[in-house]
Amino acid sequence: MSAALALLRRDLGRLLPGAQGGGTLLPLLFFLAVAMLYPFAIGPNPTLLAGTGGGVIWVAALLAAILPLDRLFAPDLEAGMFDQWALRGLSEELVVAVRLIAHWLSFGPFVMLAALPASALVGIEGETLRVVELGLLAGTPGLAAIGIIIAAVTVGLRGGGAALAGLLVIPLAVPLLIFGAGALSTGGEGGLALTAAISLVLVAMAPFAGGAAIRASREG
Amino acid sequence: MEECHIRATNVACRRGDRLLFAGLSLALGPGEALQLAGANGIGKSSLMRILAGLARPYSGEVERQGTLALLDERPALDEHQPLGRALGFWRRIDGGEAVGIERLGLEPLLDVPVRYLSTGQRKRAALARLLGQRAPIWLLDEPLNGLDTHAVALVEELVAEHLSAGGIAIIASHQTFALPTLTRLALAEHVA
Repeated sequence: MSAALALLRRDLGRLLPGAQGGGTLLPLLFFLAVAMLYPFAIGPNPTLLAGTGGGVIWVAALLAAILPLDRLFAPDLEAGMFDQWALRGLSEELVVAVRLIAHWLSFGPFVMLAALPASALVGIEGETLRVVELGLLAGTPGLAAIGIIIAAVTVGLRGGGAALAGLLVIPLAVPLLIFGAGALSTGGEGGLALTAAISLVLVAMAPFAGGAAIRASREG
Repeated sequence: MEECHIRATNVACRRGDRLLFAGLSLALGPGEALQLAGANGIGKSSLMRILAGLARPYSGEVERQGTLALLDERPALDEHQPLGRALGFWRRIDGGEAVGIERLGLEPLLDVPVRYLSTGQRKRAALARLLGQRAPIWLLDEPLNGLDTHAVALVEELVAEHLSAGGIAIIASHQTFALPTLTRLALAEHVA
């Protein structure tokens, strides 16, 4: 247990926005930049903006989850950290589970926070804003889990692994986007519940899938 | 020190489609040390990873009792962190006090980020991590690389103390390692 806490502390120190210079702030700035540029690109039509803005917030959240992928496992594998953890009997599954928590904490809550000014920019308010925020709460853990799995699977690839990871995440994230962003147009709780269900399945899978992938690349 | 032994029976190792070595056996008990000798690329590091349980042997078995500590070319310390905090992370994982900081001459370096350390300083930092683990079986892959004569003597001294406390040491090195009880295993004799 104390080992898990030590791992979490280290992971948060490396992943939280503001840690290690500016690199960790990039996903959030990216998220805000997309929300800020969207009204310029689409024109000042309030109904159009409010109608499509929620979807843009979702796409921006997905991109914010993809950006840190190359930092999730590759540096630790190269530095021999995973070997040292394995020697101490800390399973890859535990390390990956802790990193999933840290990865979500490093963008999920901040994206939800940044969604407030972003919503104001595209003219979303009231009930729609509530659905956006609840949807992000239900969907971002799933996005984090997909990111963790893909980052672990592509960790052994030399060069181009990061770009490939980004490409692989997108099709897997489609169900989350359909139900999460879809809840905006239907206004129903059903979409939110489905988003949360998909997230739960992904979060439950991620430590095992990611752990197996990392072990395979170490033994290879 | 806890009861320990390590035994490898008929181990073979394959990299890609090349068989590096085969039919290799070794057995070590408390207080014993072994040097793996051989040219670069002969498979010393691969054998180390097999002995550590980090890689699977192509055939054969490895049996061990007691925890293992591995020192290889990667210090496994966070590059951007000051050395003191990077070592502190492993101390929280391993539990217990800092060991050997002063003896390894690391005290003045504790505030220096790991990425600014020289090769020899990194090696000494990794040794501090190894000592802190308090494992009875030490696997040292090229432990003398990049060390000056003073530090080389210190490492030999640390290994000798570890053995007299009932530990095991397996050292992969092409350099001579001054230790009276050291037996040698030439990997060249097992090349497939």
